[in-house]
Amino acid sequence: MAFGKEVALSEHDGNPVPPPGGRLKPATSTLAFLEHHDGVIQKGSLGVLARALAVGGDVSGVVVGYNVADVAASAGAYGVSTVYVVDAPEFEAPLPQPRVDALEAVVAASGASNILFAASVLSADIAAGLSARLDAGLNWDVTDFAIEGGELTARRPALGDTVLVTVGWTSAVRIALVRSGAFEAVETGGTASVHPVPVTLKEFSTAAQMVEQAREQASGPSIEDADVIVAGGRGLGAPEGFKLAEELAAALGGAVAATRAVVDAGWYPYSTQVGQTGKSVTPKLYIALGISGAIQHKVGMQNSGAIVAINKDPNAPIFDFADFGVVGDLNQVAPKLAELVRAHKG
Amino acid sequence: MKIAVCMKQVPDATSVRKLDPATNLLDRSGEGALNATDVNAVEEALRIKEAHGGEVVVVSFGPTKALESLRKALAMGADRAMLVSDEAAAGSDLVATSYALAKGLEREDADLILFGQQSSDSDGAVLWAAVADRLHRPMISQVADLRVDASSVTGKRQTEFGYDVISAPLPAVVAVSDAINEPRYPSLKGIMGAKSKPAETLSLADIGADPARVGTAGSQTSVLALAPPPAKGNQIKIEDDGTAADQLVAWLSERRLL
Ligand SMILES: Cc1cc2nc3c(=O)[nH]c(=O)nc-3n(C[C@H](O)[C@H](O)[C@H](O)COP(=O)(O)OP(=O)(O)OC[C@H]3O[C@@H](n4cnc5c(N)ncnc54)[C@H](O)[C@@H]3O)c2cc1C
Ligand SMILES: Nc1ncnc2c1ncn2[C@@H]1O[C@H](COP(=O)(O)O)[C@@H](O)[C@H]1O
Repeated sequence: MAFGKEVALSEHDGNPVPPPGGRLKPATSTLAFLEHHDGVIQKGSLGVLARALAVGGDVSGVVVGYNVADVAASAGAYGVSTVYVVDAPEFEAPLPQPRVDALEAVVAASGASNILFAASVLSADIAAGLSARLDAGLNWDVTDFAIEGGELTARRPALGDTVLVTVGWTSAVRIALVRSGAFEAVETGGTASVHPVPVTLKEFSTAAQMVEQAREQASGPSIEDADVIVAGGRGLGAPEGFKLAEELAAALGGAVAATRAVVDAGWYPYSTQVGQTGKSVTPKLYIALGISGAIQHKVGMQNSGAIVAINKDPNAPIFDFADFGVVGDLNQVAPKLAELVRAHKG
Repeated sequence: MKIAVCMKQVPDATSVRKLDPATNLLDRSGEGALNATDVNAVEEALRIKEAHGGEVVVVSFGPTKALESLRKALAMGADRAMLVSDEAAAGSDLVATSYALAKGLEREDADLILFGQQSSDSDGAVLWAAVADRLHRPMISQVADLRVDASSVTGKRQTEFGYDVISAPLPAVVAVSDAINEPRYPSLKGIMGAKSKPAETLSLADIGADPARVGTAGSQTSVLALAPPPAKGNQIKIEDDGTAADQLVAWLSERRLL
């Protein structure tokens, strides 16, 4: 976003700089936003909660929705003893803007200083809206965080994961958006007490309306169980380009996956999408055809056994994390590869 | 209909991105380019203008040289460019950028404000939500299909579970996905014409922004330390000279992956 400071990089080289005017040190009280859909708290949110509880300090959960007392209480099984709840019909649809009003109210009611979100389509918009509302710093792509001397600090890879940055905040309220898949949920057993918080919604916050919510069920064999995945991106050039991926997958006995760019464009089904807003996969072999390697794709496939990339752009970020990279035209390399694999398997 | 498109100049894709060790800021001394996904937002704005009439203004917050990149949007057909630039603005984070950009956008008072999918140098995909909150406008993000009529917008976007269709009354803020359209190439006539289109650079004072809320002074995040990422194992990268498939099969078979 910013110019100069996209990775939230500042002039503060090396050492934490005391806030101007010697502001009081914030208390170490942390809120974990518990995103839920269809009555179930998302794994990513529970992972962030687990990490927050392990880091220590006073940790509470926040649930925003309609008729969500049970959802809030269910968080107790993950070790949190206090859950703030904002419950109103306006929160039925998973829209971000009314949730900014809700979180503003919870931050005021709880006096919490650290607000943690697991990255998602919904949570990213809430976190950014809240950052503007409270003039509170937001660090995103966070892969770990700590509380040292009462201050929240975080780790985040930046510049296409080529540098690891330790970041801090100078605002009293500190917001972090944690990268997908950073932490596992930990079920501990226990119960949570639920604290309702009233909210006044702003007019503009409820102006956008959900018209339709489509749930897509996966059809065909799941890429989550495949040992070999051939994934296609925009470099396949057209929907027909997926024939190349299918041919190679057939030769290898594997499944076909896709990037969000091609799924959004309607080239391949949603159920095959890998990444932040799709599936996480861990095949023994992942072959990326014409995929740039954007972070949101990487988080869904970086734990594959071996990663092979074929891309004509030598600077494509995927080469930073591919085990075997081929700089070349996939239209040349992929068919030949399929032929050689078939010959090899005889 | 007046449409404002928010665009950013980012380091050219072929340049090696690095941090300036003296400031911890991104080194922007190299070639700049228009952030690729913002071009989809310009294209969408031009299509809306073609259907409904009106004006397309591209808006950016950045160093003065960013104006060069905005010319590409003018060459595609945007009517004018507005850049907010100020010495005091370098090092702005989300809090500071959203404040300055919202101030600049207030001045334009567009019916529809479009954003791209994300900036390639930050991977944030967060700015629109912050700007919409500051402007008190409804917002729809990551829209892959957009319908616009005289008083509202309706966007379809992907979620973790499927698709949402969301509608909002104008004036509104919409961030588009890069799958929304295939951007046009500027014509030679467009490129020539872009040179004479209005392109203004405004200071923080011009847009009535408080300099204490912009740049490093207004930013609420800081960098405490830098470290190289954990090293990866042996990586192989070859250029295809006609034998890449053979080398790859040998590598796969050595690892018993076939
Ligand atoms: C909030 C958010 C969530 C997202 N979630 C996801 C997600 O879950 N999954 C996901 O994948 N993305 C996701 N994205 C999008 C992501 O940022 C990228 O835009 C996307 O992954 C890019 O897809 P791509 O690699 O297919 O396309 P591109 O980035 O366009 O890359 C295409 C590549 O193909 C190469 N190429 C072109 N022609 C050839 C050829 N003939 N031979 C060889 N190579 C060629 C090009 O050099 C280029 O590197 C998300 C984005 C946002 C903002
Ligand atoms: N400095 C800026 N000036 C104007 N628009 C910007 C700026 N930075 C980001 N944007 C817009 O905000 C979108 C999201 O940016 P980001 O949140 O940085 O990923 C981009 O695609 C642009 O449309």
